[in-house]
Amino acid sequence: MIARALRLALPPLLLGILSLGLWEIAVKALHIKPFVLPAPSTIWAQFVKHFDNIVKGAVGTGRNALIGVLVGAALAILLAIFASLVRVVADMSAPIVAAASVVPIVALAPVLYTMFGADKQTGRWLVAAVSVYVPVYLNTLKGLRRAQPIHRDLFRANAASGWQVTRHLTLPGALPYVATGIKIGTALAVINALIAEYFGGPVGGLGKSITSSAASSNYPLAWAYVLGAVLLGMFAYLIGAAIERLASPRGAG
Amino acid sequence: MTRGRRLHPALSGVLGILVLVLLWEGYKLIGPEKGWLVGKTRVLPRASDLAMPHVSTMISRLFEPTVGASTPPLWQTVLKAAIKSLGIAGVGWAVGTIIGLTLAMLMQRFVTARSAILPWVVLSQTVPLIAIAPLVRRWGAQLHLGSLQWHDWMSVSFIASYLAFFPVAIGALRGLASPAAAHTDLMRVYGASNWQVLRSLRFPAAVPYLLPALRLGAASAVIGTVVAEVSIGLRGGIGRMIIEYAQAASADPAKPWAPIGAAVLIGLVAASVVGLLGWCLRDYQRGENNA
Amino acid sequence: MTTTSSDSAATAVSVRGLRRVFPVRGRPDVVALDGIDLDVAPGEFVSLIGPSGCGKSTLMRLVADLDDPTTGTIAVFGKTPRRARLDHDFGVAFQQSALLPWRTVSRNIALPLELAKVDSGEVKRRIGELLDMVGLSQFGDHYPDQLSGGMQQRVAIARSLAERPKLLLMDEPFGALDEMTRERMQTELARIAGESGAAVILVTHSIPEAAFLSDRVVVMSPRPGRIVDVVDVGLGDQKERTEDLREASGFFEAVKRIREALHGVEGAAPKAAEQR
Repeated sequence: MIARALRLALPPLLLGILSLGLWEIAVKALHIKPFVLPAPSTIWAQFVKHFDNIVKGAVGTGRNALIGVLVGAALAILLAIFASLVRVVADMSAPIVAAASVVPIVALAPVLYTMFGADKQTGRWLVAAVSVYVPVYLNTLKGLRRAQPIHRDLFRANAASGWQVTRHLTLPGALPYVATGIKIGTALAVINALIAEYFGGPVGGLGKSITSSAASSNYPLAWAYVLGAVLLGMFAYLIGAAIERLASPRGAG
Repeated sequence: MTRGRRLHPALSGVLGILVLVLLWEGYKLIGPEKGWLVGKTRVLPRASDLAMPHVSTMISRLFEPTVGASTPPLWQTVLKAAIKSLGIAGVGWAVGTIIGLTLAMLMQRFVTARSAILPWVVLSQTVPLIAIAPLVRRWGAQLHLGSLQWHDWMSVSFIASYLAFFPVAIGALRGLASPAAAHTDLMRVYGASNWQVLRSLRFPAAVPYLLPALRLGAASAVIGTVVAEVSIGLRGGIGRMIIEYAQAASADPAKPWAPIGAAVLIGLVAASVVGLLGWCLRDYQRGENNA
Repeated sequence: MTTTSSDSAATAVSVRGLRRVFPVRGRPDVVALDGIDLDVAPGEFVSLIGPSGCGKSTLMRLVADLDDPTTGTIAVFGKTPRRARLDHDFGVAFQQSALLPWRTVSRNIALPLELAKVDSGEVKRRIGELLDMVGLSQFGDHYPDQLSGGMQQRVAIARSLAERPKLLLMDEPFGALDEMTRERMQTELARIAGESGAAVILVTHSIPEAAFLSDRVVVMSPRPGRIVDVVDVGLGDQKERTEDLREASGFFEAVKRIREALHGVEGAAPKAAEQR
């Protein structure tokens, strides 16, 4: 078991270490200026030095993303159930959701700041929520429609009501799909919460910190904040993957 | 497939948009002028014309001059910016697609490459490269490749391609690996070369997986373009325009909605291009339907 | 097809002391085939029959060079299976028709010819012949999903014959078809095999199918996969195998003999299963 895990992890780890090493050596040997690309060791030093601020920024951005996930996913699941029961709702929302999935939602950030106030985080929550909403809604609807005809026939033969079918057949069957939607949505929420900060609003998050350090030409610090954003993104991905794994049927993990 | 049934989705789509407009105007009618605050959090938006202009105002604003009386109507200015952004996104999408396909082919062919690269491909998307857009621009400024000069729009395309390559790489990998054992056995019996297997079997079989991936990639490229334009500060595109107009919104509240609408349009055009590609490749999306 | 005139080339397929072991993680290895000796003469129709797990498909895959034996040798027209495969000496058909859904019927049949870089005029002519042979002349421009299962399987057979192989390897080609279609396809296969003069190795688990089609039926047992009996059916030339044969006493006699040979096998099977 351990040997297997090692064999799985070894090639990517080697590739990663090799790349980091090459990066470090290249920066040192070619005397690359820090404003072009700082060495990994320099970035790490900045990361350690400003650890408190980075954590604060990550918590700020992460909180916005989390609220977005909770609101967006809850709304998406409810509306997907509604849409699966009432055909017209599904038909009416299909083009809007399809459009929302190819549209840069973060472009809404500036007008949301105007609508809710530039000193409020609400705009960012909404951006994160809408970005979560789309994959969760689409995946949930897909999952709800996947119930096997033979199972449907069974419920029909037992004169189950529409809600009973939803409660006992469609919802449990759709769960893995909901989880997949949440996994995709979580990663999107973090990125969108982060870049919504580029479009204005209050300071304090990682996105604002990256741009402000870059604007003041403190590039190693900007990279340290980027590293913070990477770690936040990975954290979100791991949580999403864990949710997906928990919800997946046995053996399919 | 009767004509009436085909019309149905379009009709319900229009209905859906109508419902959105009604919700917007309805909220304006009954919503509080200053929004609704729970503690310090504003959970309902301000309903004032400044924060939420009428839909009719947004539309009529399109046909008024951009800034002064002598400037072209707003819709022309916005459309020009949209075309520029679409072009940048298109370059990013094409580059990202090529990179994604190459990576997928590499990973499909060599098991070691797959186990070494795949985790990093997945991980790469947790890295918000958009976040380092300002830094990417600095790299570009340092680049001197002979006579080729690095323009800022190339940095934007680069970021767009970084976002676009991921879904293509994952989708193509799944697609290239999708042929059933019977099919690969058959190719082996025919003594087909690796290239022949790729061309006659794996690529055609990958089409149904590739199309959604390409659509996702196109959407990602558009998003990357709009956002990177903002963070790099590239003028002339939609992203920058959204910010500029939003900053002037207190004097002209309907104006920022025009570039936002244009961003929606770019996304839809990008998706339609992929849709068209799918239509051209429709023969490759047939089911096997084994009785 | 083959120009060699050595002694070993006098047989289409020659198998000696064949053994194939599949290693299984954390469990004893599975012996899929053990001590297999088998000769198939040119033009001969041989069926492999036995319960699941007897290695009949594995044996076919080994002959087709889709798998490598653990020990033992296989000669196909006196060559290694690999050489025979690269020389396009045999055609294959599986239970799934394995047609490429994005190619029309004609282009599916053309696939092996295209891969072998046969010139397009010749390909066109050959497609016409093959469509005639399997009775699908009207369907050249159809796509596989527009055909019934039986028709799809006929296309697959036409494709396996595209390069005029002297050997056909078929793994339960009619396994997914209904009984009526299946009988019709068997009659057609008998005719096609007769016309092409190719030797056929057919993997099946249908006793009537084996009896109707074969010159010889090889009965196999599972765990480890061995040949327990070879039944000479010999109901005459392939061309004489028409629907009438299904009513003939010789046919019933053959079915009975194959069934008896199989019953010895099946009696042993549960015991072996319990030991696992």
